[in-house]
Amino acid sequence: MSAEPAAVVEAVRQLVGRVPDPELPMLTIADLGVLRAVSVDPDGHVEVTITPTYSGCPAMDAIRADVEAVLADRGYSDVTVRTALAPAWTTDWITEAGRRALAEHGIAPPGAAAARPAHRGPVPIRLGRPEPVRCPRCGSPDTREVSRFGSTACQALRACNACAEPFAHVKAL
Amino acid sequence: MSEREGAQRERGATTAVRPEGRGLDSREERGMTDLVLYTLYLADDALVLAQRLGEWAARAPELEEDVALANIGLDLLGQARPLLAYAGEVEGAGRGEDDLAYLREERDFRNCLLVEQPNGDFAATVVRQLYFSTYQLGLYRALAGSADPTLAAVAAKAAKEVDYHRDHAAGWTVRLGDGTAESHGRMQRAVEALWPYTGELFEADDVLRRLVAAGIAVDPAELRVDWDREVGAVLAEATLDRPEPGWQHTGGRRGVHTEQLGYLLAELQYLHRLHPGARW
Repeated sequence: MSAEPAAVVEAVRQLVGRVPDPELPMLTIADLGVLRAVSVDPDGHVEVTITPTYSGCPAMDAIRADVEAVLADRGYSDVTVRTALAPAWTTDWITEAGRRALAEHGIAPPGAAAARPAHRGPVPIRLGRPEPVRCPRCGSPDTREVSRFGSTACQALRACNACAEPFAHVKAL
Repeated sequence: MSEREGAQRERGATTAVRPEGRGLDSREERGMTDLVLYTLYLADDALVLAQRLGEWAARAPELEEDVALANIGLDLLGQARPLLAYAGEVEGAGRGEDDLAYLREERDFRNCLLVEQPNGDFAATVVRQLYFSTYQLGLYRALAGSADPTLAAVAAKAAKEVDYHRDHAAGWTVRLGDGTAESHGRMQRAVEALWPYTGELFEADDVLRRLVAAGIAVDPAELRVDWDREVGAVLAEATLDRPEPGWQHTGGRRGVHTEQLGYLLAELQYLHRLHPGARW
């Protein structure tokens, strides 16, 4: 291969990073933080590491196939797509561009995941109202949770009290 | 071997219910080390409860709950898969996640008895979720610090999901417990009916004791205090009476189950056994 290794890796990263998420297709897997690492051996072997958003995310098989397909189109046939569980995915990895794309498509982006600490030991059960989520249509913070669980593992269903818009919200994780 | 066990083996052999090399007595031949067994405790809890929650699909009291319970089940299935794969890998006998999920018999399942209990009415499902997710959250948070990197990785990821499961169960417990006379009564009956299945969650056996000493497993007794306080707080908020300590069921970790598990496995395993190796 004639290109510098770093340039090759960057080219592969750009290529793979543009693969859309099958369930939130306005986001690429790079925007979503699902793409974790790309490496290319001197002999041309490509290794791509992805991580699931949720343990049971059914999109992983599709993402793996899409990554392999996009690389095969550009002549990379010796490819391994690896799945890593650690460190665990967090919504904090969704890029600013990804957050804007979500909002533009009517999906409220997540707040900071740090609000849900993962430390060891007792954690009080939250029975009160969660932090406000703004309506992606009118921007009002006066919205309510319809269901904590939505059309994909990572989304909740909400509705706006100000403009009555029903919308999805990517939950902080 | 007792007379009864001998008779059971004999029956198994003559009716070919238990194929050669499979079953309780061949555990050691199959490399069932402590780590394999403990991983199966964790995996089977998640797998069996995922199957139970899947039974609610298209049958929950409202559409949002259909979606919620299916999502929670999907999270649990997602936790069970890497755990089953890991158990197979450590066992080293060439069994993968599908072999362990679809081709083990009832006595080889290591889940606690609580998760195999039937869905009952929505109140019973909510209470089962409250008891189990509170336990599983404490367990996974602690297991994230395990000396075993695979178990630690699965647990660290899953803890964040189970946090939502517990919130869901706690919210419904309060809403229904502190609701109408009908919903309160159903919740109180469920709280009492499932209480005798909670003691088993905190029992330690030799497998656990050895793995706790090695820094791999979480000492279940350590989880008890937090569980009691957290479940107690939710029940109090829900105006539900907490049952008195009493007699508790046990046996799941040894493969001795209630009659409910066999029916669940029949449904879970039917397709795979009818069409071995079937894929989507």
